[in-house]
Amino acid sequence: MRKALTLALFLLGLTATAGAQSSVLLNAAGATFPYPIYSKWFDVYHMQHPTIQINYQSIGSGGGIRQLQAGTVDFGASDAPMTDDQLGQTKVKVLHFPTVLGAVVPTYNVAGVSGDLNFTQKALTGIYLGTITKWNDPEITGANKGVNLPNTDIVVVHRSDGSGTSFIFTDFLSKASDAWKSKVGASASVNWPVGLGGKGNEGVTGLVKQTPGAIGYIELIYAVQNNIPYGKVQNASGKFVKADLAGVTAAAAGAAKSIPDDFRVSITNAPGATAYPISSFTWLLIPTQIPDAAKRDAIKGFLKWMLTDGQNYNEGLSYAKLPKLVVDKEQKAIALIQ
Amino acid sequence: MATATTFDHAAPPQAGPRAFIARLRHGDEIAHVITLVFAAAILLITSMLVYELWVNSVLSRTKFGWHFLWTSVWDPVFDNFGSLPFIYGTLVTAVVSLVIAVPLGLAAAIFLADLAPRKFSDPVSFLIDLLAAVPSVIYGLLGVFVVVPLMRTVIGPVLKSTLGFLPIFRGPNYGVGFLTAGIVLAIMVVPFIISVSREVLLTVPREQREAALALGATRWESTWQVVVPWARTGILGSVFLALARALGETMAVTMVIGNDPKISASLLAPGYTIAAVIANEFTEATGNLYLSALIELGLVLFLMTFILNGLARILIVATERGGGRPS
Repeated sequence: MRKALTLALFLLGLTATAGAQSSVLLNAAGATFPYPIYSKWFDVYHMQHPTIQINYQSIGSGGGIRQLQAGTVDFGASDAPMTDDQLGQTKVKVLHFPTVLGAVVPTYNVAGVSGDLNFTQKALTGIYLGTITKWNDPEITGANKGVNLPNTDIVVVHRSDGSGTSFIFTDFLSKASDAWKSKVGASASVNWPVGLGGKGNEGVTGLVKQTPGAIGYIELIYAVQNNIPYGKVQNASGKFVKADLAGVTAAAAGAAKSIPDDFRVSITNAPGATAYPISSFTWLLIPTQIPDAAKRDAIKGFLKWMLTDGQNYNEGLSYAKLPKLVVDKEQKAIALIQ
Repeated sequence: MATATTFDHAAPPQAGPRAFIARLRHGDEIAHVITLVFAAAILLITSMLVYELWVNSVLSRTKFGWHFLWTSVWDPVFDNFGSLPFIYGTLVTAVVSLVIAVPLGLAAAIFLADLAPRKFSDPVSFLIDLLAAVPSVIYGLLGVFVVVPLMRTVIGPVLKSTLGFLPIFRGPNYGVGFLTAGIVLAIMVVPFIISVSREVLLTVPREQREAALALGATRWESTWQVVVPWARTGILGSVFLALARALGETMAVTMVIGNDPKISASLLAPGYTIAAVIANEFTEATGNLYLSALIELGLVLFLMTFILNGLARILIVATERGGGRPS
């Protein structure tokens, strides 16, 4: 009996040490929005480099930042850049690496309207502030000549769960309107002045579809994959742009010239005639000091691959590619990881 | 210790280690220790839960104090938190669900226990037990696809046109709101009420009913005036089990309540509950104070459940004293 036990323990020890020598297991946690592309990347990268396995838990940006601060994961992921406060509370220095781009689109359910509606920035902020309450408000009809908009109440729908989607949308509204910025602000969850809350993209879509006169906002990916019609939004140049992957990359390129060295930048309402105004990066959060050499090399190797070959997987999953300027800048930043 | 000796008929109490070993052989001491450990584990888990909630909500408790309980702003951007709309929503939806579920569940339980033929009541009871095991997200989907549209197109307009003079049925009707959440919760808790109440009603001794019938009571009179009062304690127990589930339900509620932290007199208006807001916002809560406020909400929910359970005990004691079961 005892002999068998000793043998079993010995074998266990043997396999454990053998495992540690030959493979690297990285733990990561964070944002849910980029989860489909991250799991694709980690999967493909594991197949190309069988010794490196990355285990990603999509527990939300907030959770990802907290786990990174607690040191329970090797790296984190977030839809919103970490604030100065959060960086101050983190023991290690953290680098932000933009990975893909996402966009948020307005979807609506108005009787008798089948084509794309144009939304001025004033119209969207007015609707979500509760100052525009009818579909035939001049601010909406003025941008939609020839569309017969009914005299019905607007039912505002927003996300009830804290989400990167809400962060991008409220970040845009904050830039479009000073009233929004001072009254509500930008965050994953805010104190919404009006409206109903739906859980997740599917919850918002369900409420909008079911409620006559409703308007909501959802991720571009979700709208594309589920064939949900969505409207055009006025950008910083005054043009109405329908969101697509090229427009999102254009927005990032427009903002890329002034991107700071730490990549913590909001690209909502970016300049450029073709830029779609409600779009954002999503980031991987990587510590600058990684004492374990095997892990450090694995992370650096993955980042290099992600910026080059990895980007080719984006469009198949409806994520916009990073503009070249950002990729070049990020490749330089990889050297900062030590 | 009392239980350990009560059942010890074989060996009369003796002193010394030999007696202990003798009793060990009977298993009484072992059973005593094991059950004690498990009972103590429950106490330990509960107190650890409260301790964790208390410690982790310290930021929010020191910043807002008692104001947390009666202010209505929930603003993660400007770090200003109050829980009143959530407490209100939790209580209102739970009460609405019980108002619907208790008469329904009790009537069904009486029928199944007392009036229905066994051939019918056994399979139905089996189905009801199955219903109690359905995951709540399924009930949430039922709510989204059936109850919400029905509420917006049929129930809401009918209520407004007939009972619209009451403040609880005024205002815009979106289909989602307190009443919809209450209805979905009622569907969820009714199996608990039926299942437990039926079991309790079945334990009422036959002689009780026969005595009533012998005294000239009709079948219904014997049921309503003798059997049900006898089982009152157990029925109340089933109701409070249902209440506990209604208070803590998360997924199904958040799918149909509208998730708007406002206090409205109208049952047609959207609202929010404590469990729903914790589930919705916990994962993306980044600020320390924000997280602390969410944890304090958990503490508030725990205390609410505690207080309501305490009230339930008092109610049970009071009704027992008032007659009914001669225990």
